[in-house]
Amino acid sequence: MIVAWTSAGPSMLAAFLASLVEFVEALTVVLAVGTIRGWGGALGGSGLAVAVLLVIIAALGPALTRIPLDIVQLAVGALLLLFGMRWLRKAILRSAGVIALHDEEATYAKEAEALRQAGGIGRGWDKIAFATAFKITMLEGIEVVFIVVAIGAGGVGLFVPASLGALAALLVVVALGLAVHRPLASIPENTLKFVVGVLLAAFGTFWVGEGIGVAWPGADWSILGLVAGFFVVAMFTIPLCRARAGTRVSVDG
Amino acid sequence: MQWLKTIVRELFGLFVDDGSFALAIIIWLGVVGLALPHAQTDWRGAMLFGGLALILLESATRQARR
Repeated sequence: MIVAWTSAGPSMLAAFLASLVEFVEALTVVLAVGTIRGWGGALGGSGLAVAVLLVIIAALGPALTRIPLDIVQLAVGALLLLFGMRWLRKAILRSAGVIALHDEEATYAKEAEALRQAGGIGRGWDKIAFATAFKITMLEGIEVVFIVVAIGAGGVGLFVPASLGALAALLVVVALGLAVHRPLASIPENTLKFVVGVLLAAFGTFWVGEGIGVAWPGADWSILGLVAGFFVVAMFTIPLCRARAGTRVSVDG
Repeated sequence: MQWLKTIVRELFGLFVDDGSFALAIIIWLGVVGLALPHAQTDWRGAMLFGGLALILLESATRQARR
């Protein structure tokens, strides 16, 4: 089966970047659990969560192929739009300085302190370490599963590039985690979220359009046009938000 | 079961953090999907994008003003 690179390329890139953000967030907490409470519980909890997530993917993937493509595109496109636009809006507000940037070092310090305060360290089976690692891997992993399934279900043959993108992100984050043993605070998370928000909003718009029978000019090439369109709108919105926030500050102050 | 509630809440939060923003997107999809087909226009794709772009711009600037 030949998949057009105009669909497969952006699909793989969107899945890679979105998954990278989620895996970095999970790594921060798993590192805190492993460092403070021991690696047995950290790796055990994360491992179980990954197994549960694989079962969810194995169940959801084939089930989605039995639903007519236009219905899947409409439903998944709408969810992808809500997800992508939410990320893009937040990235715009962060770039404009309206809300604070996400800080992995601060998250690590807060999580490490909470894990220390919980007590019971080094007394056999560590339920707290296991549960904390399981929960964060499930939470961030479910987002990755949704992204892969949503991007993969939007068109024929897109599941493989989307899965490969997520897998590559996992390998990159695990390799960096093993190498540096610290939260990956230098990864420009807001820039990644901005790019992913643009890509997912474009995919969501395209697939909703396909689902309701829009005849896109240039077929799949329209995805690139939508990416450019959302990028321009977002870049135009950042200074507007900055100006509005500045006005608010000067009025308040 | 607290962790299950947390996961359900986080799942919902994946799609909705500002209710009016999410609602505006859903309403616009409904308008383009249900109402505009009767308009017999070839511009539905552009209208779909344009509406979403305006919703994004309005919601972000409104949040910045708060």
